[in-house]
Amino acid sequence: MKIATKFLGEVEISEQDILTFEQGLLGLENEKKFVILPIDADLPLAILQSVEHTEIGFVVAYPFVFKKDYSFDISEDDREQLQIEKEENVLTYSIVTMKETFQESTINLLAPIIVNMDKKCGKQIVLQDNKSYPLRYPMQTLEGSAK
Amino acid sequence: MLVLSRKKDESIMIGDQIEIKILAVDGEQIKIGIVAPKTVKVHRSEVFEAIQAQNREALSTSSSFLEQLKKK
Repeated sequence: MKIATKFLGEVEISEQDILTFEQGLLGLENEKKFVILPIDADLPLAILQSVEHTEIGFVVAYPFVFKKDYSFDISEDDREQLQIEKEENVLTYSIVTMKETFQESTINLLAPIIVNMDKKCGKQIVLQDNKSYPLRYPMQTLEGSAK
Repeated sequence: MLVLSRKKDESIMIGDQIEIKILAVDGEQIKIGIVAPKTVKVHRSEVFEAIQAQNREALSTSSSFLEQLKKK
């Protein structure tokens, strides 16, 4: 099927690519169907695009590129909701707040998006430790670590 | 909303596993102790509001951002 996307124009996706976010995203509780679209193999970025609403598209980043020691536990509740049995196919993305330059842009380490690729479901979780993992973590390391 | 009055060192129970205790009252500020199972997440509500605001802010990224990126 074809969907209109915010950043990439019309994109062909298959039914199996659609991820269900049972609870939507924080502040966007009604957005439940998303796809993750790659943008450029050289960049640690992707697009999280709503299947239903073109204008709902986020730039997301692979947080471990920007903060090497980023790590957290997924609570039992979240594990259950995300039907996580093994971790191999569980991916973590951080929502990017893009500014004019990368130096000013930030990623949200406090509320990562967890996706279970096996079960095709995802959730934005909130970490307890908001000192180590801020809502606005500077993206400035991108240029050095993009490759 | 259920409204309860409590004095310092008094507590309330929510269910049988969550205890909320008033530890100190100092003018406008109240210190609250929370005993809850690890599976229960406790956050200041500002944290949720801030994340919601951040999500909305992130949505304002211009749809031409990728073209800008490629120009660099």
